[in-house]
Amino acid sequence: MRSDRIFNWILRGLALTVLLGFVLLVWFLWNEALPALRSAGLGFIWSTGWDPVSGDFGALPFLWGTLVSSILALMLSAPISIGAALFLTDIAPKSIRTPIAFLIEMLAAIPSVVYGIWGIFVLAPFVREHVHPLLNGWLGFTPFFEGPPFGLGMLTAAMVLAVMITPTITAVCREVFRSVPDLLREAATGIGATRWETIRLAVIRPSISGIFAAMILGLGRALGETMAVTMVIGNRPEISLSLFKPAATMASVIANEYAEAQGDSHLSALAAIGLVLLVVSSLVNFGARWIIERTESKTHV
Amino acid sequence: MQKVSTAVIAAENISAWYGSNRAVIDISLGVNPGEVLALIGPSGCGKSTFLRCLNRMHEEIDHTRSEGRVLYKGEDIYSDDVDPVAVRSCIGMVFQKANPFPTMSVAENVAAGLRLRGGFSRSEIESRVEGALRKAALWEEVKNKLRAPGTSLSGGQQQRLCIARALAVQPEILLMDEPTSALDPISTGRIEELMTELKKSVTIIIVTHNMQQAARISDQTAFFLMGKLVEHGNTEQIFNSPTREETENYISGRFG
Repeated sequence: MRSDRIFNWILRGLALTVLLGFVLLVWFLWNEALPALRSAGLGFIWSTGWDPVSGDFGALPFLWGTLVSSILALMLSAPISIGAALFLTDIAPKSIRTPIAFLIEMLAAIPSVVYGIWGIFVLAPFVREHVHPLLNGWLGFTPFFEGPPFGLGMLTAAMVLAVMITPTITAVCREVFRSVPDLLREAATGIGATRWETIRLAVIRPSISGIFAAMILGLGRALGETMAVTMVIGNRPEISLSLFKPAATMASVIANEYAEAQGDSHLSALAAIGLVLLVVSSLVNFGARWIIERTESKTHV
Repeated sequence: MQKVSTAVIAAENISAWYGSNRAVIDISLGVNPGEVLALIGPSGCGKSTFLRCLNRMHEEIDHTRSEGRVLYKGEDIYSDDVDPVAVRSCIGMVFQKANPFPTMSVAENVAAGLRLRGGFSRSEIESRVEGALRKAALWEEVKNKLRAPGTSLSGGQQQRLCIARALAVQPEILLMDEPTSALDPISTGRIEELMTELKKSVTIIIVTHNMQQAARISDQTAFFLMGKLVEHGNTEQIFNSPTREETENYISGRFG
């Protein structure tokens, strides 16, 4: 009885510590960001100029860079991840399922700086020498693929991010597909569905909200990813539609400039960017949760 | 033993394995059109596995294989040029637990097989859905909630929905694997009534643990034991004067 009560209080205290950590973090960011937000107001988010020397601080290029690189990464990664997860739950022979799943999940354990090095030495030259000539040659007339072949830039960053979030999305999708009861698969097979039709009817359709959750989890990871992106995105705070142009993200500008920030206003602007990043990733998560709950109550899964 | 020539579906020397474990041993058994054949026997006697061999569902499980022939209207469904997918759309199946597709409405569930096959107009699908639901004795209960999720129905209704889904593609044979074992007595009674109605248009093979059920609804009964077919005959004869001692023991409740 007594020991139970003590145990209870200890757990309560530990849970509170986590909460307190979060509150302190937000409070710290808010405090640091306040001067920048006060001088620029909401315009901080919408202005495009970023020139620390002349005290010009606008977060839009970084917001743009973060959102575009992450969404692009999600678009590249989602089909691959969903396909890989389906392969692991429904196609691959039982004996190789676990080893392959393990290998894919291993990718998540690689430090992001290693992805960054790989991006610089392998992916960037590949984009410069193969992807750019192809896309620029065929689609160079569109605003999306114009520009010179730097190698480093939005597309390379998105590709590195895609590789980094694939294990996460694959692992979650795999759990989601595994949780579909076999009797649904039998229902489809039993009315004369082919393998693909069975997967479509009995595996993918009941899993839509789970697939969505997996994608949001991946997106969340991409939004905050710092090191690898900083190494390959080119770090130029410009808004361009072209995927071959260098860009910068909220995380990358903080990583790049915090250590040698010039003066308090610069530091404060970087903290404000951190705050915006926190808000954006929280919004993505809450929005996703809301959508998932809505679709779940609709489909009665 | 049945004369194979009159049977609409007949197994010839069917054996089935899970890995190295032989669950069905050399069974030959047929059923005439419009009859209900009940497969009875203790758990693990191979009756469900045998049933799943009749529409090539057995091979869908990993590390399984089967041997022998199954003649459906005289044609071997295991011959090389036969597509198992086509077999399963002619020989419908109802499972132990109701398994409507959770993301589909009542109507969509029934139409699922038709949509897979394609080539049906909207109005054809609608009339087939209604027909199948009527045949499954579910129409009156769901006609005002065809757009509701299939999983919003009660357990017994869900099982009849699954029967309707199987009937919508107008199979000649319906395989039922303990269709009432998860249902309450009232729902069970409704499905039994339904089966006596259905056998006018479909041949039914049903696996059941419930011997009263077998006695009530079937014309023929086959008793399985440890993968072998022990005895097969008219239901009345099997229940009243079985020729084999094992059958007698099982029916009188001495084991199983």
